[in-house]
Order: sequence, then structure tokens, then C-alpha cells
Amino acid sequence: MSVSVIVPTLLRPLTNGEKEVYAQGNSVAEAIDHLETQFPGIKARLVNGDQVHRFVNIYVNEDDIRFADGLRTLVKAGDSLTVLPAVAGG
Amino acid sequence: MALHIKNQALERIVAQAYRDHPIETCGIVVSASGSTVASRVVPMRNQAASETFFLFDSREQFRVFRELDEHGETCRVIYHSHTVSEAYPSREDIEYAGSPEAHYLIVSTWDHAREAIRSFRLLDGRAIEESVCILA
Repeated sequence: MSVSVIVPTLLRPLTNGEKEVYAQGNSVAEAIDHLETQFPGIKARLVNGDQVHRFVNIYVNEDDIRFADGLRTLVKAGDSLTVLPAVAGG
Repeated sequence: MALHIKNQALERIVAQAYRDHPIETCGIVVSASGSTVASRVVPMRNQAASETFFLFDSREQFRVFRELDEHGETCRVIYHSHTVSEAYPSREDIEYAGSPEAHYLIVSTWDHAREAIRSFRLLDGRAIEESVCILA
């Protein structure tokens, strides 16, 4: 399954400056693994252990995957993954 | 580079900060297509509802940022308040800073704050203060 991935400014140095890239996989975790093969280093910015990294939000289409099945959330062809920085602080 | 922000927007942020005090307030200021002036305030819900932490509601954030894209607007400022400390980035502010293109505006509602409003660029784990240019 091919999904599009929208990458935030902060991570674009890892995607050769590209805002939109593509990944294969049946789940968010698989798509991220495929991204890592194309853009080494990106996985560590998106994932911490078996969870979404606290510094980012990942959405499948419009839904934050933290409120679905996390990294196990399924994706299908044509879905859009969006990564946004989590906006937070003290 | 200085932050250029409309006076009306700044007044709205300060009013919001005092209204939410002692809970930290948060939101963004956007600029219209082709402009670098921060002009339209979009208050965001502080999901943490804390006196020492703020967190955008991720679903609200997605909706708001998609609307900005649709309208050709840009998120120019990410603001939040400090209610018991100076208007200076905390360690967590710097850790979470994920928008190198944005100005990070902090409003302090703490009685003892030396300056109530300060703006920073947060890059590579560092806070760089910048001037705030207030426009009519």
C-alpha cells in the first residue's frame, strides 16, 4: 500500500527538503520503517520505543493515531499520513 | 529577525493570558498570504490545563493548520503564557520547539515579571531573543 506522508519543516532536512514523500506499508509502523529505508534517521524522530514520539503528532487522514491504535493503526492505499510537531512546553 | 505583530493581536493575547491565569494559555498568530506581519490570533485549547505546562489539542491543531493551508495563511507565532515565572523559554519550551520558522512569544502574567512580553527563536536547543515590533 502506498501512502503519502506530509513532513514538517523541522524534518525536511532528512527528506532532501521534500514536504511530501511516499511510503509503503499496511500500518503506520510499516510505513515509517519504509520511510527509514529511504530517509535514514527519520524513524528516531517519529517513534520512541513502540510509541509515537512525544515531540510529534501523526495523523492518518484527519485522525491522530494516538486516539486510534497508535503505530499499529492500519493504512490503505491513498491514505495520507501527516506529521506535525506537537506544540507544547512549560 | 524581529517579530512584526499587530497591536490588536498582542492585546488579544494578553487579555487571553490574564483570563486563563493561573492556567497557561496558548495559541498561534497567523499572517495573511504574502505578509510577514502576525495579524490574526487563533486561541488554542490548552489540553494540559496546567499552571506549568501547555499542550495544543492535537485534533484542533490539525484542523486549524489545514485551514491555514487552504487559505494560504502562515503560522507566524506560537504563543503561550507563564503564570509563575519570567517570559523566558523553559527547558521544556526548548525541548518541544518544533517550528524553526515560527516566533515563540511568551507572555508572563506573573506579578514579579520584569518584562511581560518577549519573543524568541528556538533553534537547535537554544533560545535567541528577538525584538517585538508592534504595528498599529
